[in-house]
Amino acid sequence: MVAGVCAGVARWVGIDPIVVRLAVCILALGNGAGLVFYLVAWAVLPEEAATDGETAAAAASPSTRRSSELALAVGCITLGALLLVRWITPFFPDHVVWPAVVAATGIGLVLARAGDSDRARWREAATRLPGNPVEALRGGWMVWVRVLVGAVLLIAGIGFFLASNEALGAVGNVGIAVLATILGGALLFSPWVARLVRQLGEERRERIRNEERADMAAHLHDSVLQTLALIQRHADAPQQARSLARRQERELRAWLYDGRSSREDAPGALATALDGVADEVEADHGVAVDVVVVGDCALDEHVNALVAAVREAVLNAARHSGAAEVSVYAEVAGGRIEAFVRDRGRGFDPAAVNGDRRGITLSIVRRMARHGGRAHVNSAPGEGTEVTFDLALEAESQS
Amino acid sequence: MTPSPLTRVFLVDDHRLFLSGVRTELAGRVDIVGEAVDVESAVEGIRNSGPDVVLLDVHLPGGGGRAVIEAVHRTHPAVVFLALSVSDAAEDVIAVIRAGARGYVTKTIAAGELAQAVERVHDGDAVFSPRLAGFVLDAFAGDLPPGASLDPELDQITPREREVLRLLARGYTYKEIARRLQVSIKTIETHVSSVLRKLQLSSRHELTRWATDRRLV
Repeated sequence: MVAGVCAGVARWVGIDPIVVRLAVCILALGNGAGLVFYLVAWAVLPEEAATDGETAAAAASPSTRRSSELALAVGCITLGALLLVRWITPFFPDHVVWPAVVAATGIGLVLARAGDSDRARWREAATRLPGNPVEALRGGWMVWVRVLVGAVLLIAGIGFFLASNEALGAVGNVGIAVLATILGGALLFSPWVARLVRQLGEERRERIRNEERADMAAHLHDSVLQTLALIQRHADAPQQARSLARRQERELRAWLYDGRSSREDAPGALATALDGVADEVEADHGVAVDVVVVGDCALDEHVNALVAAVREAVLNAARHSGAAEVSVYAEVAGGRIEAFVRDRGRGFDPAAVNGDRRGITLSIVRRMARHGGRAHVNSAPGEGTEVTFDLALEAESQS
Repeated sequence: MTPSPLTRVFLVDDHRLFLSGVRTELAGRVDIVGEAVDVESAVEGIRNSGPDVVLLDVHLPGGGGRAVIEAVHRTHPAVVFLALSVSDAAEDVIAVIRAGARGYVTKTIAAGELAQAVERVHDGDAVFSPRLAGFVLDAFAGDLPPGASLDPELDQITPREREVLRLLARGYTYKEIARRLQVSIKTIETHVSSVLRKLQLSSRHELTRWATDRRLV
């Protein structure tokens, strides 16, 4: 309307300005309360403009401006809400509403400046932890004036309330006055207390972060830097360099994701064992072994046999296939384990191979059979090889 | 100058060494239209250069790969993302897929396979690494808990999809899977795309947990 009060209020509340304008108009026509609200809000609003000027000029953080707007919004919303309540119900006579309005405005003003007590100043004084708001507010006389005005308004509001309320006045009790003042004080100081608590929490988090960082630095130094040095010395032996890199990668991964593994329900027995197999073969043969395990189960005699057979197959692939990569996939589901070891190497004809390979193949197949499982070798020259394993869990091998 | 017939690719990775490595590897196979090393510059660069495919690192300063996908998709929903990372953790992989990436490959992938994966996502298909296939199998394992307010269409995979995923997890290529199941590659691609959709939209507990558990490192 005149001073943009409605638009401002609407912006804080987050509704259409027209709604606010209509409300004010109705209030104004009804009993003049809207007019009073408008004037009071107007009196408060120029302060916002001043604050804006300050912060904009200093290119200060937007949070500063926001908290001051927020505080003013609190004051105005309380004001408007009380006036509205007063207008529609007879339970809030003038001598309750006006003190409350004055007090709310005071709180709004003080809170506004609380927001302005720069985070930077807090950070700089983080260790000193100012015990009262005044110390945190040593920033310019404007701040002082506002806090003072806010406090005076608040106290005046409380006093006015006590003086004008017949019932309480009749009691004439100093205790109530003291209580009310303490209440006012608590209202005034609670933001600082809250902020203090929050900042202490932040400090603690920061300290924990630092400790974690130190831990990590120590670990990186012991493992990663050592490995990098080794890799540099083996630069002319790519096989060795690659296997060093793979081993370090695996180790670092295990360290990083330790305890936060996606298979947290079971103590990763089978998955860990297969990872161990991959680790060992990679280190000894410089072949990348990718392990994917779905589900998991505990190790027993039979599962151990399966792991040993898988290891045999992986070793076989690493030694003979010529492939640079071996895929291992194991799935525990429906009471059985299925596992697959696959390479894209040169392959062979399982029916017509020399004794050595046949021996390995047979040893895998027999080992599985002894434990009530099955293994099957699928291969053809030029096609790569896949060995499949199948084992029923808790199967009685003797039966 | 005629427009390049190659797929236009934008690279996002905070390791410059890795960026230059990928650039060298992909030279001639794709047209690299830009690079970025953090979220902010990535979003801006992608909006300005309008690539077909973005190769996106999962770990990025300023909010991670997920932030890039979300910001770009708000204004340019047609840009396709292929996530690329050293991390094999379910949380990282699932989070970036659920943010809208069309696939996930690890950084150890060979150059030829990477170029192939780029083409594949560009054609609208999904790219699953064996590891990602394993995660999906894990997440969709078991029947739906009775009484759960889940959508069976979204929260369960079909036996055929499971079969395809298992072959993917075993290290088979789409072509090999197609030959083995005696169907066309297109059929396999359809299955994988369907799984991707479920992966992105399903409210299965594991998926939502993985997607929200962000790690510190």
